[in-house]
Amino acid sequence: MKKTILSFLLVISGLMCSFAQSNTGVEMATGLRSSGKIYVVVAVLVVLFLGLTIYLFTIDKRLTRLEKQQKK
Amino acid sequence: MRTYWWKILGILLLLYSIIMGLLGHVPALPIVHETIRNVYFHVPMWFTMFTLYLISVVYSVKYLSSGRPADDFVAVESVNVGIVFCIFGLLSGMLWANFTWGDPWPNDPKLNGSAIATLMYLAYLVLRNALEEEQKRARISAIYNIFAFPIMIVLMYILPKTTDSLHPGSGGNSGFGQFDLDGSMKAVLYPASLGWILIGTWLMSLRFRIRKLEYQNDSATPETLA
Repeated sequence: MKKTILSFLLVISGLMCSFAQSNTGVEMATGLRSSGKIYVVVAVLVVLFLGLTIYLFTIDKRLTRLEKQQKK
Repeated sequence: MRTYWWKILGILLLLYSIIMGLLGHVPALPIVHETIRNVYFHVPMWFTMFTLYLISVVYSVKYLSSGRPADDFVAVESVNVGIVFCIFGLLSGMLWANFTWGDPWPNDPKLNGSAIATLMYLAYLVLRNALEEEQKRARISAIYNIFAFPIMIVLMYILPKTTDSLHPGSGGNSGFGQFDLDGSMKAVLYPASLGWILIGTWLMSLRFRIRKLEYQNDSATPETLA
């Protein structure tokens, strides 16, 4: 039952996507900045960068713990 | 307790540079168009590389006068991280040049100079690995490093300025400061550079601490076995 509903939704969303494309045409770089889509890219970059820095901090913490063990 | 404030400052400065670098105002120029924003990301790579090599030279001099292995470790890890930033700078520059100068590697004096300088620092690492004895390795590579640094400056920053180069500020070319009338680009470039320098130093300190731990472990084992 679930599978049939899911596949049905998939087909509908696919149809909607295809219709949307044919209706609005191609969105090009002319509208990139004015339409505000660049904010999405900025948000993605911020998320990736923050994730990397949190990862760096965890490495830093583990290293500090090792150094404390060494001193004992 | 270690101080974290400068690491957080570096992260905040880079966050600012990502947001303002993509959304801020830039001068409209032919050919480069929006790619002028690469200035915020390509140029700081070279500033970071330069700072790390400078730290390396300072610690090489320190090692020669003190003889402490830790000073030698800072010198070699600075070069290790500096080379990574140099490769980032070269790759980002090649990508940018491909779309604005029409060739990933035009025979520009600045490009050739930085390539030679990179090989010079790679030779530093090869030299280190070639020497077995610890003190000899540290001393000879420190002296090599002190000679390599001024040659790197001449190749990358002095010679390209005297001849015609595609890079701004060289030969007859105007620097980008001429188009940046309201200083909006400087307001992003300088914080971005400082941020990358702080992150580069952070990476170097992590590598240094790992190397120091390894050294302590290696020197501790013979005593425990005996």
